[in-house]
Amino acid sequence: MKHLLTAAMPRDEAIGLLDLAEDMHQIQDRELKKLPALRGRTVVNLFFEDSTRTRSSFEIAGKWLSADVINVSGKGSSASKGESLRDTGLTIAAMGVDGVVVRSGASGAPALLADWIGKPVINAGDGTHEHPTQALLDAFALRRRIHGRAARGKGLDGVRIAIVGDIAHSRVARSNALLLPALGAEVTLVGPAAFLPVPAADGTRLGLRAETSLDAVIDERPDALMLLRVQLERQAGKVAPSVGEYITGWSLTDERLARLGDAAIMHPGPMNRGLELSSRAADGDASTVLAQVTAGVSVRMAVLYSLLASDHAADHRPANDGGLR
Amino acid sequence: MTAPRTVLGPDEIARALTRIAHEILEANQGPDDLVLLGIPTRGAHLAQRLADRLTGITGIDFSARVGALDVTMHRDDLRGRPTRASHPTRIPLDGIDERVVVLVDDVLYSGRTIRAALDALADLGRPRAVRLAVLVDRGHRELPIRADSVGKNLPSARTEHVSILLEEVDGRDGVTIESATGSTETGDGGAA
Repeated sequence: MKHLLTAAMPRDEAIGLLDLAEDMHQIQDRELKKLPALRGRTVVNLFFEDSTRTRSSFEIAGKWLSADVINVSGKGSSASKGESLRDTGLTIAAMGVDGVVVRSGASGAPALLADWIGKPVINAGDGTHEHPTQALLDAFALRRRIHGRAARGKGLDGVRIAIVGDIAHSRVARSNALLLPALGAEVTLVGPAAFLPVPAADGTRLGLRAETSLDAVIDERPDALMLLRVQLERQAGKVAPSVGEYITGWSLTDERLARLGDAAIMHPGPMNRGLELSSRAADGDASTVLAQVTAGVSVRMAVLYSLLASDHAADHRPANDGGLR
Repeated sequence: MTAPRTVLGPDEIARALTRIAHEILEANQGPDDLVLLGIPTRGAHLAQRLADRLTGITGIDFSARVGALDVTMHRDDLRGRPTRASHPTRIPLDGIDERVVVLVDDVLYSGRTIRAALDALADLGRPRAVRLAVLVDRGHRELPIRADSVGKNLPSARTEHVSILLEEVDGRDGVTIESATGSTETGDGGAA
């Protein structure tokens, strides 16, 4: 295992990472939240896009594993002076860092960096492409909600999950659409037609069932509803319906919440309350929003440990064309 | 590579564990404050067996006083080896503060696993005392660590490989030794 660029990975590898995250999760209950596994290792968080939760989550994960963590943001760095991604990456690699966590608005940037710098690269979100650690933490939080402390070794077999919102432009949706079915879940994509991905030759989207009616999907009583953030800053005036139309058709309102039963309500954050979901939905017992944030640290610790703990990690893992290469 | 030679059979393992259980009680002058923490994989099963024996001997239920202590993240050889899979750590509900913790492992070899275990324990609390019980001590210590209770002292060459087989993991009980030339990349017996 050399990099984490995509959430497309075999089931056993995904379960292995989720189980490792369970081990990491245990330390959150401890007074002293520190493991020595990455002592002497240096990780750079290279964030070309603003992000509070993902960056902090990776920073905490690295620090709890005793790594030295350095944050570099695109703004205020040489990248804003016109330095290319390649030169920025090579410069950081030349400083002797052991791994790079990269967030970029450009789809594919982490994969390019991985080819250039010869150090483990973790994709912390690239453009509209992927956000693999988000998908892993979503799977982790959902698995824990369903199986509790007996989650270890289990997948999400038969769990029915609806992903709601701007699927086509969401890296969170894409990574989840790759990972969740590999774990055995049945995924339905829900949103306005313009927000759904382009259908494949067989009429499905990302190989998954797609629906435009959230009400019809709620009537099927899914086990989990994953609401995506409406990216107002990106979508205003483009293909999106108006905010009013969106709320009417696809927002998890109090009325829809009442019909949903005890399905888990997931959201990658940050939430637009009143737009993707009502405050009651966001704050109720069914909400996993904060559990997802907590899971994020554990999952990122598992990924950092897998990639950086051993000099031999790349040589001894089974060959894999998927997420972890 | 020679054929493995059996040095402990199922009955001898059972007797050794019974003896260790009595030694633990004697050293502690009774069952008060005792907690057993096994080091996964096989040490955790041995700790459970010792707990069952202590329950039988004392009449006090030891099921809530046994746990597992994963030391993977605390090892000092993480760099040079393939990424190790970790195991769950389970600590008794009452914790380990001011308790007498008996660490239980299958093989005592270099002592590095036990060093890692002491580090891992320090993250969890402050026991009043820590003792060590192992099924097999094969020598070759690299650190000043010794066991308080030993099932069998097994003088061995570094090139030899000691395998601990337990019913819970391997389907049968036994301890074997074989001379392995070449690779020392072994399981618990070789690396412990």
